Amino acid sequence: MRNAFAAAITDLAAADDRIVLLSGDIGNRLFDKYRDRCPDRFYNCGVAEANMTGMAAGLALSGLRPFTYTITPFATTRVIEQIRVDICYHDVPVVIVGTGSGLSYASLGPTHHSCEDVGILRCFPNLTVLCPADSAEVGPAIEAALRLPGPAYIRLGKKGEPTIHDAPPTFEVGKGIVMRDGSDVCLLGMGTMTSVALAAADELASRGLSSRVVSMHTVKPLDQALLADAFGRFRAVVVVEEHSVIGGLGSAVAEWLARRDGAHPPLVACGTPDAFISESGSQQWMREQCGLTGPAVAATILARLGTAT
Amino acid sequence: MTNVPNLAAIAARVRARVIEMSHDAETPHLGSSLSCIDLLVATYWGPLRIDPKNPLDPNRDRFILSKGHAATALYVTLAERGFFDRALLDTYDTDGGALPEHPGLQCVPGVEAATGSLGHGLPIALGMALAARIQRRPSRQFVLMSDGECEEGSVWEAAMFAPAQKLDSVVVMVDYNKWQATGRSDEIMALAPLAEKWRAFGWDSCEVDGHDLAAVLAAISREPDGSGRPRVIVAHTVKGKGVSFMEDDNNWHYRIPTADEVRKARIELGQPEVRA
Repeated sequence: MRNAFAAAITDLAAADDRIVLLSGDIGNRLFDKYRDRCPDRFYNCGVAEANMTGMAAGLALSGLRPFTYTITPFATTRVIEQIRVDICYHDVPVVIVGTGSGLSYASLGPTHHSCEDVGILRCFPNLTVLCPADSAEVGPAIEAALRLPGPAYIRLGKKGEPTIHDAPPTFEVGKGIVMRDGSDVCLLGMGTMTSVALAAADELASRGLSSRVVSMHTVKPLDQALLADAFGRFRAVVVVEEHSVIGGLGSAVAEWLARRDGAHPPLVACGTPDAFISESGSQQWMREQCGLTGPAVAATILARLGTAT
Repeated sequence: MTNVPNLAAIAARVRARVIEMSHDAETPHLGSSLSCIDLLVATYWGPLRIDPKNPLDPNRDRFILSKGHAATALYVTLAERGFFDRALLDTYDTDGGALPEHPGLQCVPGVEAATGSLGHGLPIALGMALAARIQRRPSRQFVLMSDGECEEGSVWEAAMFAPAQKLDSVVVMVDYNKWQATGRSDEIMALAPLAEKWRAFGWDSCEVDGHDLAAVLAAISREPDGSGRPRVIVAHTVKGKGVSFMEDDNNWHYRIPTADEVRKARIELGQPEVRA
């Protein structure tokens, strides 16, 4: 996904001289083409994310369209106050890009994991929160963010994620992309977990359950029409996210649901636990520990539906 | 317009109004506002290229009050400079009003950034400086910070970035009044030697008497020396400056002046007239 980001931002910046890319001393060689084409609109801001984020606000206050880019915890939770005050309170169109979100950097340990970012950032007024599902959604997500009058956060994986789209999809902020339709269970994938949701749907199909799978790329604002439809006609609605069960898409959907009247089918929230994962291990191993694989998600759903596994 | 007796008269008027506003609205930070008024007046009636009739001119210079708790000093300065009607000052800190205790972005014309949390103004100003470079505009960026604010790490992140990019359109003023909320700024943190710290970080650093209007004007008006170094003026100031019973008394970080104290202060400032 980071390569897709680099390619997309390079083309967009070449065509739009308002775009400025600020990097927090990462992406070695990743932005060489960008720097060749737009040398005056790239700044390596060093290991100084607070300053980078504040400068982005200053650039935006002057009419430019800055992007900040670094590893997710350093682009987000490290600089929460700069995001809250400089970007969101000023309501300026900065795009914050976090790369290596969730457990993408599993082996680097909890300092480099980000399973709280969405929960914290979606509290802030004016901020749109976007979690593209694969490389094909990255470019359209950036273009959609550039059309917004205010700030956005884009949560990326790292590299080598499964591609779930054959071609760049139509990407509309606040509107989930239906990847597969079905009638029993509705799975909402957040970002790169949409591919896991699709794998879970395959498992469910082998058990005779038909699933709708959605790339729920916008966590804020929520696609309320899609949610209302899902809770109106499926046996269960399932959120799959590489984010803490506290604060992420599952929480956002639960908050939405709690404000509605009437009975509804169960909400099944599959995410990371309220714990730091301090053992060493790969992203796949950690997902297995968290029950975030296709078979594990399917088993959770079947158990919740009371169907023997 | 920039002759020093005129500026001194303006500064006295601003101080008198700021003291009244603190009394009327019962808001703190009076000492912090009084210490930086000469810096504000010198900037707004000195080198700052702004047109109150065209406050969003993209080529304008920017002024950011990074020590947002001195908001009354900024509001009165902007009103005196013609950005908005002085009558609006009467609505300071009232329910539903446009003038909060810390300034919001464009809450009135002339306020270039929302401040109040310390350590934010300089990074924002550097972004504006980068923008001016990218857009080939002549804008300069003036930032007024407090000494306590220099304890924030983000200040030193910015302090390292600006010289690396030769952002010599930036002028920082540090209102070095030697106090922060609850004690001496040089005792709570190892702030001194402050001018040397900035110099070591690559800035064109100088020290002035922050209440000597001629000296402040000269320091902030000096053209960049061609080295690319941004400029910092460490301005030695007195908290509560201008009123004998407030000067260098840190109780006035939070204390609200009584009506009698307002009267006495106005007389000391040569502004005895009673408000309409």
